[in-house]
Amino acid sequence: MGRFHRHADGTAHDHSGGDGHDHDDDHRDVGDHSGYDSGPLRVEVLERILGENDRTAAANAEDFASAGVSVVNLMSSPGAGKTLLLQRTLERLASTTRVGIVEGDIETSLDADRLTGLGAAVSLVNTGNGFGGECHLDATMVRSALPRLPLADLDLVIIENVGNLVCPAEFAVGEHTRAMVYSVTEGEEKPLKYPVMFRAVEMVVVNKVDLLPHLDFDLDLFLANLADVNPGVRTVLTSARTGEGVDAWCAWLTGITDS
Amino acid sequence: MHELSLCRSIAGIAGDHSAGHSVERVRVRIGALRQVVPETLVYCWGVLNEGTDLAGSTLEVEHVPAAIDCTACGAHTLLMLPALRCGTCNSSDVVLVSGEEFLVTSLDLTEA
Repeated sequence: MGRFHRHADGTAHDHSGGDGHDHDDDHRDVGDHSGYDSGPLRVEVLERILGENDRTAAANAEDFASAGVSVVNLMSSPGAGKTLLLQRTLERLASTTRVGIVEGDIETSLDADRLTGLGAAVSLVNTGNGFGGECHLDATMVRSALPRLPLADLDLVIIENVGNLVCPAEFAVGEHTRAMVYSVTEGEEKPLKYPVMFRAVEMVVVNKVDLLPHLDFDLDLFLANLADVNPGVRTVLTSARTGEGVDAWCAWLTGITDS
Repeated sequence: MHELSLCRSIAGIAGDHSAGHSVERVRVRIGALRQVVPETLVYCWGVLNEGTDLAGSTLEVEHVPAAIDCTACGAHTLLMLPALRCGTCNSSDVVLVSGEEFLVTSLDLTEA
């Protein structure tokens, strides 16, 4: 170890060897180094890395609250079936619930196009368009989508995040709750490999269950792995293709709206 | 791959706390449950800061393992997998005590 010492102003640091800086520099403006032949000053920070995102998320949450709209952040890996599930969802809810969609994709309006004409207001965010091709939606991107939604006229906003099992889970966007779509073709061990995502959600939609007879997938093992990383998480088994379980999913969504 | 976004946030925090001084080193504390790849974070730090005030600064990642305390038997378990189960009695009645850290902890500053 190098020379660890504490300064009169309460800060302390360690002069580990090999950093090559000049200890004869004048530091009179950087703390009180009187009596020391000193290197850099260590400044304690202890600030959350995503603090700025969280402040924007709080602003989004305020806008949602004042509009009286409930918001769910829906995440999944690419191809798990989020968009088809949302199509089925809108077909069921459009007559009873006023729904808005924030559609996040790195490029293209293909998913947004699939959701138009189903009675919902759709606001597209292409993260490749001014946001550096991000693999997730953050609070600022969602904020940019809000002026294109008639928030005050809506009951429920569903944020369809970018398909990705890692990054979206880290970024709060002001949502009331988070859900994910997981498909049974993805393997039983995914909760253990992607704990951030599986821990971040209140609801896991287990999709594509119509394929179970054709797969070696062990549903009980998956549910046990899921319970190990997120005890108490809710699940619903669905097939967006056949419609199985979609009513139960919609009932959960509507419950958010009423809460 | 959200390490570049994280680096932007870290650089913003470093800028807020450097008060016009030159930043030599930025220390971050990141828990094992954050799924951040330290090597990727350090690589992105160098790329992001090219040509900026932070060019040449070092990003030092303190990696914190995930650990749980068992409510049932009191045992402390370091987690190798993110499964929240006591390593002694296999109970799932546990409290996560580390592994979710996500902080900028300190900066080393020199005269600009």
